[in-house]
Amino acid sequence: MRVETSLSSARASLQRRRVLDNLAKSLSRLLTLLPLTLFLVMLVVLAFRALPILRSATLGELLGRRVWLPSQGRFGFLPFILSTLWVTAAGVVLAAPPCVLTAIYLVEYARPGFRNAIKPLLDILAAIPSVVYGVWGVVAIVPIVQMLGRQSNQWWGFIPLFRSSNPTGYSILAGAIVLAVMIAPFIVSVAYEVLESVPGGSREASLAVGATQWQTVRHAVLPQARAGIFAGVVLGASRALGETMAVLMVVGNVPQIPRSLFDAAYPLPALIANNYGEMLSIPLYDAALMMAALILLLMVLAFNVLSTLILRHAIRRNEL
Amino acid sequence: MKKRHLEERIFQVLMMISFLLLAGSLGFILLTILIKGLPALNWAMISQTPKGGYYLGKEGGILNAILGSLTLATTGTLLALIISLPMALFLETYLRRSPWAEVARLCLDVLWGIPSIVYGAFGFTIMLALGLRASLLGGVLTLALLEIPLMTRAMDEVVRMMPHEVEQAALALGSTRLETALKVTARQMLPGIITAVLLAFGRGIGDAASVLFTAGYTDRLPTSFLRPVASLPLAVFFQLGMPFPEVQQRAYASALILTVIVLAVSLISRWLSHRFSRHTVR
Repeated sequence: MRVETSLSSARASLQRRRVLDNLAKSLSRLLTLLPLTLFLVMLVVLAFRALPILRSATLGELLGRRVWLPSQGRFGFLPFILSTLWVTAAGVVLAAPPCVLTAIYLVEYARPGFRNAIKPLLDILAAIPSVVYGVWGVVAIVPIVQMLGRQSNQWWGFIPLFRSSNPTGYSILAGAIVLAVMIAPFIVSVAYEVLESVPGGSREASLAVGATQWQTVRHAVLPQARAGIFAGVVLGASRALGETMAVLMVVGNVPQIPRSLFDAAYPLPALIANNYGEMLSIPLYDAALMMAALILLLMVLAFNVLSTLILRHAIRRNEL
Repeated sequence: MKKRHLEERIFQVLMMISFLLLAGSLGFILLTILIKGLPALNWAMISQTPKGGYYLGKEGGILNAILGSLTLATTGTLLALIISLPMALFLETYLRRSPWAEVARLCLDVLWGIPSIVYGAFGFTIMLALGLRASLLGGVLTLALLEIPLMTRAMDEVVRMMPHEVEQAALALGSTRLETALKVTARQMLPGIITAVLLAFGRGIGDAASVLFTAGYTDRLPTSFLRPVASLPLAVFFQLGMPFPEVQQRAYASALILTVIVLAVSLISRWLSHRFSRHTVR
């Protein structure tokens, strides 16, 4: 009798536990739908709010025009798109070589103790708020760039890229230097992870036939890590594309087509952040800013998906 | 024979330079903020709200921004945790490496990469549609959205790195997957959860672009969810934009306060995760 009751109560409790388990399973399915939903909603909402401006002009006109006069209803996004690309490209070019070399040093040369001591350094670099980077840029980098601009005009003025017609120092170069430091922790940590995932056997084989350490890195390690490191750089670029406050504070914010590293620029995030206050008073202005957000989102998305796909492929291949 | 050793030396030197460049930049930043911020820092800065004429260089402090930022980031992080923790836990417990889970992870990575200014614009649009004005509520919701991908992915990475023998033991003893997740995996994850939460908190408290339109700015202390709230990054930004040197000095001091908070959070996270990792089975 007692055995039977305890058996049936055990059965009931098992039943309940199974139900709970299945409930949690369905809940988890629902929950994991959230990221995709959020992303799609974001895309649709921004596109919907940008519709009025897409009706007022063709996409080609919006993206190809250079004139930005909201009060006259003329919206050309070309200066902003080009500014974004300039600042990002310059930042990545500055950041990539030292970051990759640092990652190689940490994985291939440094002692484990030293390696572990470096991790907090990268964490701190990644943790510093962008507005603090901005203050640093304004206080320290802009004056340096101002000086560099003068020097550069004297020595390199004949090369358009280095010609300075902007005496302030608030320029693409200032933005790029700040960005380079900001994206460094991303590039280093991805490159580090990729290099670490290269199997040790290929290093040993190379060293065993008498190659120097660097030859080993160059001929045995890097060929296997190339795709992953590239992905890390692309990831860094996608971070740089959307960086708002730090860049906004040092880049000058002049809507023009940049010709030189010392020119002022006006990237998309800065455009959105600077004009949100007054956008509701001018017709189509809010739609234009939403369009800017949408363009930015799509640019970042392209970079991001590219790097994620390469990275997954690269790391998985090495793990096998 | 000689050439390759020369090459070795050259690249070793280059690597050293690169490393010093990186470490030097960090030192340069921290030093700049410290040197500029310390002289302007005083007790009034962190204990008072802005008085009349504060932005012209008169008396007052940025207590409104400090408390505002702490409220924003704490509430936003808690909200994000409520969604992220089950998501990370269930992602690993039920879905593992299934295509469904991989799609969710890809989406999280993509969301993580979306610039905070886009979150800000999106949040503002939603608030307009709902008839909400810039407020603590709007800021908190936007921050939570911003933090969820970061937090979930950070936790997810920790769970994936964990050894699964303990869970297998729990399953073998007859516990359901849910019980294993809640009683075994969650406990094993604890250091990772703490790190992820504090990482998200750090990002939340330092982010200016997302709260710019959604939380607004005010000289008052945060009291209601429906009122605007001040935040430290915006305090730095606005004060730096003023044409008076006294106010700009205060921007440096505010930046120093923000940096100290963020670094403290980073240190606490390191210490806590180290402390709690003693209780996990490796």
